[in-house]
Amino acid sequence: MPKAFSVTVNGAQVDATEDMTALAAILLSGTTTLRRSVSGEQRGALCGMGVCFECRVTINGEHHCRSCQIRCAQEMDIRTDE
Amino acid sequence: MNNSRRSFDVLVVGAGPAGIAAACCAAQAGVRVGIVDNNARPGGQIWRGETQDSNVADAADWLRKLASSRAEILAPMEVFAQPEAGRLTATSSDGVCELGYKKLILCTGARERFLPFPGWTLPNVMGAGGLQAVVKSGMDIAGKKVILAGSGPLLLAVGAHLRAHGADVRTIAEQAPWSRLIRFGMALASRGRKISQALQLKKRLSRIAFRAGCWVVAAEGDGKVESVTLRTVHKTWREPCDYLACGFHLVPNTELASLLGCELRGGFVRTDEFQQSSVSGIYCAGEPTGIGGLELSIAEGQIAGFAAAGQRERAQEYFGEQKSQRRFSMALERAFMLRDELRPLASAETIVCRCEDVKFGRLREQSSWRAAKLQTRCGMGPCQGRICGPAVEFLFGWKAESARPPIFPVAVESLAATACAE
Ligand SMILES: Cc1cc2nc3c(=O)[nH]c(=O)nc-3n(C[C@H](O)[C@H](O)[C@H](O)COP(=O)(O)OP(=O)(O)OC[C@H]3O[C@@H](n4cnc5c(N)ncnc54)[C@H](O)[C@@H]3O)c2cc1C
Ligand code: FES
Repeated sequence: MPKAFSVTVNGAQVDATEDMTALAAILLSGTTTLRRSVSGEQRGALCGMGVCFECRVTINGEHHCRSCQIRCAQEMDIRTDE
Repeated sequence: MNNSRRSFDVLVVGAGPAGIAAACCAAQAGVRVGIVDNNARPGGQIWRGETQDSNVADAADWLRKLASSRAEILAPMEVFAQPEAGRLTATSSDGVCELGYKKLILCTGARERFLPFPGWTLPNVMGAGGLQAVVKSGMDIAGKKVILAGSGPLLLAVGAHLRAHGADVRTIAEQAPWSRLIRFGMALASRGRKISQALQLKKRLSRIAFRAGCWVVAAEGDGKVESVTLRTVHKTWREPCDYLACGFHLVPNTELASLLGCELRGGFVRTDEFQQSSVSGIYCAGEPTGIGGLELSIAEGQIAGFAAAGQRERAQEYFGEQKSQRRFSMALERAFMLRDELRPLASAETIVCRCEDVKFGRLREQSSWRAAKLQTRCGMGPCQGRICGPAVEFLFGWKAESARPPIFPVAVESLAATACAE
């Protein structure tokens, strides 16, 4: 079994494992808007495989991380729509 | 920053089925092999999230073979440039890495084709493979209403997968008409393995409404998708949903091949029968040479792996499979050709380039891809035209320009490191 821990998505705790991506944790938290587009539209993930860049969020303070390509880790702090 | 250097006799880019097969065969031939992928683990799209203990037999076999081979797995690591022949640069969590090679095998796979329609930028409108990928990486889809739309066999595979995870899959809307699907089915009938896969799929999809000659015209919702409008030549209607999973078959990832100067033909990397591209010593296998499914990717990977390692006789053993699977690939292309009714779906206000929010109305005024880039910034955002490029090609017939480095956005300090190394 993969190790279980929790990550925070916009301050709320979400159960996660190291097999999960940050994107999965965000969607599990009920958040659907990941970012604002250049004209202010709400956007969510599209491709799930690292090519569309729609799933960019802030992870541990680093901006523009593709959440579909990053695995959850203990104490990870994820912020969307920044 | 860690700016490490590694060198290999054979370097494989992409650890999907084609890359895994290539790396295993090259390693078997006894040369030094490295295999790079931008995901944390090997598997590519179809085997995403699978392990050596997987109950998907092919996946378990090949992942075990790779793990027990002497090929070195370099992941997650993303190749973004080639400062000089024989040397690629890639980003990893430690910074930039340089990868030297004598022979290179490009197995960069494919992505979904997306077409713009009103509402396609709403959250929870995703690719079909996109939604599947998110479920494979831990999202709970149980009880959610899902509509699948677009084109290609992937819709069925994803429908079966999502349903197995408890999704309430309502409708699968395939734009191709029945007449073409039936012809495709007959072509399958001559292939034992494909037909048994199709029959298993049919069982797993029982009671889901499958509509051929049916396409999405709009997605509606406040802050996220809540319903979808579907159309056939006879009628138009609306269905409620929590997710719209929508992809129009696949397009090859040819950016790296194009950057390295490999010749493309009809949008695909041209190779000889040993999978060697127009650039000597650079091979290509899997979806970038033609969308042909799992078996073709594996056959081409095996050929490329042995050929790159200098074992041409062993490579030739797979020529029969390669030829037979290529015929399947052509049947696929004919069956899932896009219908003309998909072109006028976007309205003047529909966004086509999601990175730069360029609307259809502005693009319509341009004369070429180059003019569109200069005047509207279409294709100039972080995806570098990977999403809007194929859509623009379908809508206006403009071909994207060849790739420029870096083919993936790279942090400034990484680029600086590359420049210093030059
Ligand atoms: C989203 C999606 C889902 C799919 N799901 C299914 C399915 O459920 N069933 C099915 O039968 N078929 C599926 N397919 C089709 C399937 O991918 C093909 O049939 C075939 O298996 C492709 O194998 P491949 O090795 O050619 O490419 P892929 O499996 O696509 O592997 C290519 C790999 O290269 C990596 N890569 C690309 N560029 C770089 C770079 N610059 N640096 C580092 N790594 C890089 C990619 O991340 C990827 O892991 C799917 C396709 C897509 C796009
Ligand atoms: S969802 Fe497309 S890059 Fe992450």
